[in-house]
Amino acid sequence: MSNTPLTPDRELPHKHYLNASYRSGLRSWLLTTDHKRIALLYLASVTVFFFIGGVLATMIRIHLLTPGGALVTPETYNKLFTMHGVAMIFFFLIPSIPAVFGNFLIPLMIGAKDLAFPKINLLSWYIYVVGGCFVLYSFGTGGLDTGWTFYTPLSSVYSNSAVTPAVIGIFINGFSSILTGLNFIVTIHTMRAPGMTWFRMPLFVWAHYATSLVMILGTPVVAITLLLAGLERMFHLGFFNPALGGDPILFQHLFWFYSHPAVYIMILPAMGVISEIIPTFARKPIFGYAFIAGSSIAIAVIGFLVWAHHMFVTGESTYAALTFSFLSYLVAIPSAVKVFNWTSTLYKGSISWDPPMIYALGFIGLFVIGGLTGLFLACLGLDIHIHDTYFVVAHFHYIMVGGAVMGYVGGLHFWWPKITGRLYPRSLSRFAAVVLFIGFNLTFFPQFILGYLGMPRRYHTYPPEFQVLNVLSTAGASILALGYLLPMSYLTWSMRYGRVAGQNPWPATGLEWKTDSPPLTENFEVTPVVTWEPYDFKNRPDLGLATGAPLPAPAHGDD
Amino acid sequence: MHRTGELYGHFETLEQQKESAAFGMWIFLVTEVLFFGGLFLTYTINRHAFGTAFGAGSNTLDIKLGGFNTVVLIMSSLTMAMAVWCAQVGKKQLVSIFLIATLGLGTVFLGVKVIEYKQKFDHHLIPGQGFDMRYRSEHPTPADDPKEIAIEKEELEKTFAVDPDTNAHGQLYFSLYFGMTGLHALHMIVGAGLLLWLIKESFAGRFTPQYHTPVEIVGLYWHFVDIVWIYLFPLLYLIDRHR
Repeated sequence: MSNTPLTPDRELPHKHYLNASYRSGLRSWLLTTDHKRIALLYLASVTVFFFIGGVLATMIRIHLLTPGGALVTPETYNKLFTMHGVAMIFFFLIPSIPAVFGNFLIPLMIGAKDLAFPKINLLSWYIYVVGGCFVLYSFGTGGLDTGWTFYTPLSSVYSNSAVTPAVIGIFINGFSSILTGLNFIVTIHTMRAPGMTWFRMPLFVWAHYATSLVMILGTPVVAITLLLAGLERMFHLGFFNPALGGDPILFQHLFWFYSHPAVYIMILPAMGVISEIIPTFARKPIFGYAFIAGSSIAIAVIGFLVWAHHMFVTGESTYAALTFSFLSYLVAIPSAVKVFNWTSTLYKGSISWDPPMIYALGFIGLFVIGGLTGLFLACLGLDIHIHDTYFVVAHFHYIMVGGAVMGYVGGLHFWWPKITGRLYPRSLSRFAAVVLFIGFNLTFFPQFILGYLGMPRRYHTYPPEFQVLNVLSTAGASILALGYLLPMSYLTWSMRYGRVAGQNPWPATGLEWKTDSPPLTENFEVTPVVTWEPYDFKNRPDLGLATGAPLPAPAHGDD
Repeated sequence: MHRTGELYGHFETLEQQKESAAFGMWIFLVTEVLFFGGLFLTYTINRHAFGTAFGAGSNTLDIKLGGFNTVVLIMSSLTMAMAVWCAQVGKKQLVSIFLIATLGLGTVFLGVKVIEYKQKFDHHLIPGQGFDMRYRSEHPTPADDPKEIAIEKEELEKTFAVDPDTNAHGQLYFSLYFGMTGLHALHMIVGAGLLLWLIKESFAGRFTPQYHTPVEIVGLYWHFVDIVWIYLFPLLYLIDRHR
């Protein structure tokens, strides 16, 4: 680290949301209605679940080092992958970007003082915590072995694990998601600052609008479905139990009616993050703003019409399968629109290789692989071959980890200076981004091959000829773990020791960068009036990028 | 979050605050439609598969009590609408009166529901061990009308001839009956709690023509819960009525 900083040391603003002393100590956090503090509460709690899910994933990968299974009994193995899925999907991926960054940024980005319903916002966090406690109770008292999909009648009749508390926990947690979505939609409609028209909103906000639509329309359906499955288990009812006249396929339809759109709850916000990072570090207005905004809505709408592609081999008519296959191909169009627009934005841009940018570029690569392999799975003939194999596992990890988590970590690096007011070490964080990318690919690319060769998912054992690829995958997982532990440590370090960032360290064009870092509790001294177009670097002298003026000194602490 | 009068600090104007609250309630109602939607779908699929047993199950319900409850709920919607209107035009006393009337009618509805549930319990129509569609016709009490029991017996014989598994499929009907009416009753109880709060606030004279958003959005909720019943009543009570 250099001892002579290139710019004089800045100081944190005197008063900001982190040191606001309207109440003291822990109470000021647990009873806060400030969207920024609630975002940090979410940040802490989703990190806990990420850690739990990560430990379970590590155990899965260690177990699969040898063909016979190295670590646990088959029953325990079933519990490992189930609990990994439940912790990661319901308690990390779905709330991660919306509840942390959406919460923190949407009011800042549209120039509001808070979300429309601050108390409901806090309530949604408590609901999340209560739901999480139920699920942790289930994990601790018998675990869960049904797969995260809870297919009946396994979950409602035959499973001997603690299904009931888990189902109750996920049911409760659903309302946290519903309330968050409701809050975002109302806020975006009614709380925009003067001049912040719909087509001046950052694409991050558009992405969250689309995500919120999925949250409010899908989540209630999975809530009632899991409630029925839970009642069926508790009172021996027969909604989904063929022995009593019920229909297990009905459960699958209802479950996937939410759980497929839920994939878009995970990926759309990440796309929003990428749409913010790319123009900032290419120093160019984003290419095709209206198309990116519209494609978010299109993904949310079409995403609701593809659910039965999870059920090509579990019983539906050929015509239904054909329709769902076609509609699944259709989702690829708005997704591709985004990818092409991001790459067109990069074209002839003035690209700086700051850490968020490296995550964003990694996202594009991994999302393309994940998205294209999704088309393999939407293809009726091919799906019969690769259904329920590691090909599927690799595909959705490319979307969820390579896409959603890359976006999440990228967003963390992009907005960290705004959240904490401080910067993190630049070289180390760039190194971490590369480690993450390599570790991820080494973990999951072999799984495409394994799946294509016929290794089924959710099995605790495999034929010896698959060992090399499995060992590669486990080795990759250990690198991947390093890729997560590094940011966790230096970001924590930077909260105290990082250099002070100032209002707009990158610089970026969004409204959130026109206030202090960290912002005031009320976000802005005076309600801003928006007179500029989004992502416009040319007509923004306040960014310090006027022609001829030297770029601001490097924003980072160690070089 | 500080507050000046009725205006919370994060809003600029009372209109903005009111618009947000009403819009939020509408979106909440959309989520409710989908929440009940899952149940309605399950009902539709099962009724399509087991129409005979569903008809027989439906005929065991007390149409007089169900019909009475329907009228009670429609009346409560009227009083709720009156309460909202009175709040808008500033008739403070009438607001309280109409809110209390709405709460009273809601309570009557729930009371009748309790009576109906008790009957089902007595007739062994609770899904699970001991469920028997024929129990009532085989164990009549002195209070029962012998003619009615004879008709019921004959109908059930026909039903069992068509669908020997009527007891299994009837359980599906009653699972849905208790699921749907139970969830509806739960919404009524929440609504009653909201009304209690409104009544307290209206006694304190808080609702004026400038500020009566709580009355309006609770009104929206109350009407929604009523509408759910308007669908539940024919779907559960009127499937196969031709006696």
